[in-house]
Amino acid sequence: MPDMAMQKNPMPTQDAAERSRNFNEVALGYTEAQAVAEANRCLNCKHKPCVAGCPVKIYIPAFIQQVAKGDFEAAYQIISEASSLPAVCGRVCPQESQCESKCVRGIKGEPVAIGRLERFVADWHNANATEPAKRPASNGHKVAVVGSGPSGLTCAGDLAKKGYEVTVFEALHLAGGVLVYGIPEFRLPKAIVQKEVDTLSQLGVKIETNVVIGKTITIDELMQEYGFEAVFIGSGAGLPRFMRIPGENLKGVYSANEFLTRINLMKAYKPDSSTPIQRGKRVAVVGGGNVAMDAARCARRLGAEVSILYRRTEAELPARREEVEHAMEEGIEFRFLTNPLSISGNEEGWVSAMRCQQMTLGEPDASGRRSPVAVEGSESELPVDCVIMALGTSPNPLIKATTQGLDTQRWGGIIVEEETGRTSREGIYAGGDAVTGAATVILAMGAGKTAAAAIDEYLSNK
Amino acid sequence: MNRILVKKVLNPTVTLMEVEAPLVAKKAEPGQFIILRADGEGERIPLTIADYDREKGSVTIIFQVVGATTEKLNHLSEGDFIHDFVGPLGRATHTEGLRKVAVVGGGVGCAIAYPVAKKLHRQGCEVHAIVGFRNKDLVILEEEFSNACTKLVRMSDDGSWGEKGLVTDALKKLIESGEAYDEVITIGPLIMMKFVCKLTKEYGIKTVASMNPIMIDGTGMCGGCRLTVGGETKFACVDGPEFDGHLIDFDEAMARGATYRDFERHAYEEACNLFKGVETDA
Repeated sequence: MPDMAMQKNPMPTQDAAERSRNFNEVALGYTEAQAVAEANRCLNCKHKPCVAGCPVKIYIPAFIQQVAKGDFEAAYQIISEASSLPAVCGRVCPQESQCESKCVRGIKGEPVAIGRLERFVADWHNANATEPAKRPASNGHKVAVVGSGPSGLTCAGDLAKKGYEVTVFEALHLAGGVLVYGIPEFRLPKAIVQKEVDTLSQLGVKIETNVVIGKTITIDELMQEYGFEAVFIGSGAGLPRFMRIPGENLKGVYSANEFLTRINLMKAYKPDSSTPIQRGKRVAVVGGGNVAMDAARCARRLGAEVSILYRRTEAELPARREEVEHAMEEGIEFRFLTNPLSISGNEEGWVSAMRCQQMTLGEPDASGRRSPVAVEGSESELPVDCVIMALGTSPNPLIKATTQGLDTQRWGGIIVEEETGRTSREGIYAGGDAVTGAATVILAMGAGKTAAAAIDEYLSNK
Repeated sequence: MNRILVKKVLNPTVTLMEVEAPLVAKKAEPGQFIILRADGEGERIPLTIADYDREKGSVTIIFQVVGATTEKLNHLSEGDFIHDFVGPLGRATHTEGLRKVAVVGGGVGCAIAYPVAKKLHRQGCEVHAIVGFRNKDLVILEEEFSNACTKLVRMSDDGSWGEKGLVTDALKKLIESGEAYDEVITIGPLIMMKFVCKLTKEYGIKTVASMNPIMIDGTGMCGGCRLTVGGETKFACVDGPEFDGHLIDFDEAMARGATYRDFERHAYEEACNLFKGVETDA
């Protein structure tokens, strides 16, 4: 008999005041008893709408039934049939708008906490599993994957499980892409990413760091000289946007990418790090997405008073609700309907203030969101010593520039056939942010999965 | 991990290393750079490629010990490994169609100017190299330069090597004497490049300056290396590192270059103390 409690079992978290001073993980995860209790809220309903809400189609009710029975390893095996990165997804997926949004229990009360259960199962496996993942027999086909972010790792994992010899090329010195340079430790501990990467290595995936595809080696060379029969491009959207306002190149103005990379990849928050970071006292973060929340919460942990400046209202914030709530609990101030006009500096070229304008919401624009309109005579000055621009990113042009015949959108996204990830060049597939522009980890994983299936079909029939 | 094949001390603070890096060597062109981490905990620093040998699969870097990372790097020996070494990054120097060029290098910047001069010289371009150092003890690559140009002008701040004066003095003299350059290529301290560009602007000679700002990834991801060129923001790592010198906002570049000066000074002192400790223990 399912537990008919209306609310999810709450997940323990670090106290807000305490966590806003450290980089340890915020959410602490379910205990075994909490996980079993939450699993018992699942009705195991026949038409399982949750599965349709999952971009990688995890067989959700089946794994939850195993959790309810206490067979956590069996639950893990069910998840890993569909997902290469369960411990990551359990943490960073927007379940509230995917699987959980379809849950029947959500009609009256809260849906089953699918994300928390996925995280519990993956963490349980990582803590208790002793057997390394089994390496399948090789089918003799070589596939190259460009980029070791969520789409690349997923594509590599799926192909390796089918016996392909997969090599992943990564431009940075560490595998993981945005999972290691972008998402902070307190949301996604780097040891967890490393564990998922290690699992892929056990499956036989080779990871070559410090290779910039498009510079060190081109895509055509991968196919002609290195013998790769197919290539998956998952190079992400790494190019940061700026506002093009006066003062943006003053010292103390960062792109969120730079700020987060210094902190996450280069560990600048640790006292013994060799990479410097400016520890501002009064930081303004411009933007309202998940990256803005991450940057603001990092700045807060480095000891700053932090304001998030967003030109629309709270209702339009593109960030996940949970991230916004966590940021608010940690003492981050939100200034809605606020748009920066210029940044001014002191005589040494450091940021000292930001001139802002009050906005109001006007008519809906092409995206359907009401567009912000400036309020006349509403300018004001905000004293700040550090500004972080979190305005989104676009795909890196290095690959496009060096791969003839690879069609892209005007803004740089690689054009693919949606059902397969196939590009305009035979044998070349793409997915993730390199195709869509900045989006979510799970959508990128879904695209990696789609492309892996299409590559398998292409090479099987070749 | 990349093995150090050759290590040569060029002067008390400048070191040359030839590093095994076949993939980088295969593609490297003058003007491009690499990013390295000396050890597994280190920061990422960009260094311009000073030379390369495609057959041998090696890339040469020349660096001045100015901070913690270059100090650590300088403590590695032949046979040791550099933890991470990635490239070639950035765009190559544009050399096509040039017939007569003045290459103006200052200090350790000469290490970057040299491969450019060599390439131009090899393709039959008349190269005048004007190189400047503070004094004769700091001179590097004198022989290499003399083999890579038709005219070599030596300058030093104190007159202990070549003529006393600035590279701009020498360049001005040559231009005034009627030398007609298609282009001036300048590589060295920002302040030197700023004044070279100021001078050539007066004479209307196209000038290219090689920028080496702070960066992390070197692939366009962080935006830390941004600078203003002709009123537009450019990323040195992917749009450069070379830009039209008459359009660069050098004052902004100098300010940005000093962002982490205090941190770096502190880190450098720590690294020096660390090595002092090691040496005393040994």
